[in-house]
Amino acid sequence: MNKKLIGLAFASLLGASQVASALTVGFSQVGSESGWRTTFSESVKAEAEKRGIDLKFSDAQQKQENQIKAVRSFIAQGVDAIVIAPVVETGWRPVLMEARRARIPVVIVDRNVAVEDGRLYVTRIAPDFTDEGRKAANWLMGATDGDCDIVELQGTVGSSAAIGRMEGFNEVIGEHPEAKIIRSQTAEFTRAKGKEVMESILKAEGGGKQVCALWSHNDEMALGAIQAIKEAGLKPGEDILVVSVDAVDDMFPALAAGEVNATIEMSPHMGGPAFDVIESYLDGKRDFEKWMVMDGRIFTQENYQAEYEVRKSN
Amino acid sequence: MGYKDLSPLVRRSIWPLLGLAVLLLANVLIAPEFFSVEIKDGRLYGSLIDVMNRAAPVALLAIGMTLVIATGGIDLSVGSVMAIAGAVSAGLIVSGVDNIALVVGGGLLAGVAAGFVNGFLVGYFGIQPIVATLILMVAGRGIAQLINSGQIVTFHHDAFEFLGVGYFFGLPFPIVLVVIAFVLVQLLMRRTALGMFVEGVGANASASHHIGINDKLIKLMVYCVSGLCAALAGMIAAADIGGSDANNAGLWLELDAILAVVIGGASLMGGRFSVFLSIIGALIIQTLTITIILSGVPPKFNLLIKAAAIVIILLLQSPEFHRQVARLKKKRGPKHAS
Repeated sequence: MNKKLIGLAFASLLGASQVASALTVGFSQVGSESGWRTTFSESVKAEAEKRGIDLKFSDAQQKQENQIKAVRSFIAQGVDAIVIAPVVETGWRPVLMEARRARIPVVIVDRNVAVEDGRLYVTRIAPDFTDEGRKAANWLMGATDGDCDIVELQGTVGSSAAIGRMEGFNEVIGEHPEAKIIRSQTAEFTRAKGKEVMESILKAEGGGKQVCALWSHNDEMALGAIQAIKEAGLKPGEDILVVSVDAVDDMFPALAAGEVNATIEMSPHMGGPAFDVIESYLDGKRDFEKWMVMDGRIFTQENYQAEYEVRKSN
Repeated sequence: MGYKDLSPLVRRSIWPLLGLAVLLLANVLIAPEFFSVEIKDGRLYGSLIDVMNRAAPVALLAIGMTLVIATGGIDLSVGSVMAIAGAVSAGLIVSGVDNIALVVGGGLLAGVAAGFVNGFLVGYFGIQPIVATLILMVAGRGIAQLINSGQIVTFHHDAFEFLGVGYFFGLPFPIVLVVIAFVLVQLLMRRTALGMFVEGVGANASASHHIGINDKLIKLMVYCVSGLCAALAGMIAAADIGGSDANNAGLWLELDAILAVVIGGASLMGGRFSVFLSIIGALIIQTLTITIILSGVPPKFNLLIKAAAIVIILLLQSPEFHRQVARLKKKRGPKHAS
């Protein structure tokens, strides 16, 4: 452990002396609670290395107090800019004021912060959950001519991703009188719960023969539910269409096997856009949109192959 | 014959069993096909089977937890131990180990090691069980994440996946594992003096010590059994989804396991215990979960309904509650007569 620390210290010393003029950016990440989050962290690190940015990475282990501490230490170190992926929306005002007083620009990525004063951060770079729900619904309505009995697996009750995706999806299917959600239950965004809940729902629906599609708020639950569908003797992707959100790596083999019909990408590659904003801010640009939407692609049976190749090679 | 004439054992068993029966009946009202069990491809298929299958991990945890609680202890680390065991087995598989004995053995060994740490801290260092096991509850999940390097590790290994999705004479294999664990523990506890020692240590550790029971060793042993049960539960959970999810595997299940033991009528102060009733407790919790899914109530009410049902079940078991109801009846009785 000690050796590692000393090694790290040396490495950062060397790094600092080699690129003395390079940017230093502090990044406070939520944690490493899911595969998506880990990809997000890795992508930010890789992007920083590519641009020669000295990235100070801090893992908050899902606790806001750790994030606030990290941001304060970034301020004390006098970094050029701070990127925050907030754990929760509230309670950010004091520490953002401190950053503003120290004239350090802050970029918010992923989840939102609830502060009234828009000057406290430069911009927020994040996906639009409601739009993800709309995209999923649009695809499903197109594939079924708007006539479909849908089972919905919700994310964690009260999470912004679950609320937004539900809103967007329901908005679109509201325009199709033949489409309705026949069962809706939470599976807490996890694979194990997705399987357990789907298993019971299929039994409650008389084996699931009349279920037309599964709409899952994330890929993990969908992957669990697919196993339940298979164990009930049905073919996921054929007997029951499967549409979900995230486009995590594990979804692509399932797409290739024809067990998943569509997944909306929630891109974890927010490092690039965040650094773009920081660089142009430090060059003097000030008029940023307050919310820059990360637009997600939709992967279906028709177009998944190219992306699958890219991911396999990584 | 009145309720008071029943033997204490029957009186203790009657309420959990009644609770389970009422819940099962409620399900028939919600979903008439609840009790129908068909045979599909030589496998039993139906909601009842689901209840038992899904209750298996908590039932296993409850078996170990019953013994720990009987000694007056508590094991908060079981959920994290599940994650560790799943991660160890998954790690062995993806690193190319194909031998099922090694994969399962590795997971079980991790569980026993965790139990040994808990038992040693509690038995030989005299640390409060809630604190001693809290250490591993927090650190254990971190260890599991470390083993998985923060990812969900997916694998494909037919023999290992059998633990979670296999069928044995038409029954899902997790159910079979619970039955085996139950029979083994029951033989060990009731056919040898071990059960009496465990209850003795729980009722009065120092008195047990003075009559020559090695109370420290007994404590060490029950935590090891609990670790072993947790490891088995963790491997079932990992095998079920073909992946080890260190963040979510067994999350909060220690609380379900404690609840199962309490519903089973054991005292958290230690002493008398019944492994069978704890398993009934686990079945009650799972039936409740499936009832909520089948009933189609909006998910935001899930926890509220669960809590309300459990309060009712616990009240039904409480002797004090019985006394108060009896007193109320007495007061009203004469009025009705007049």
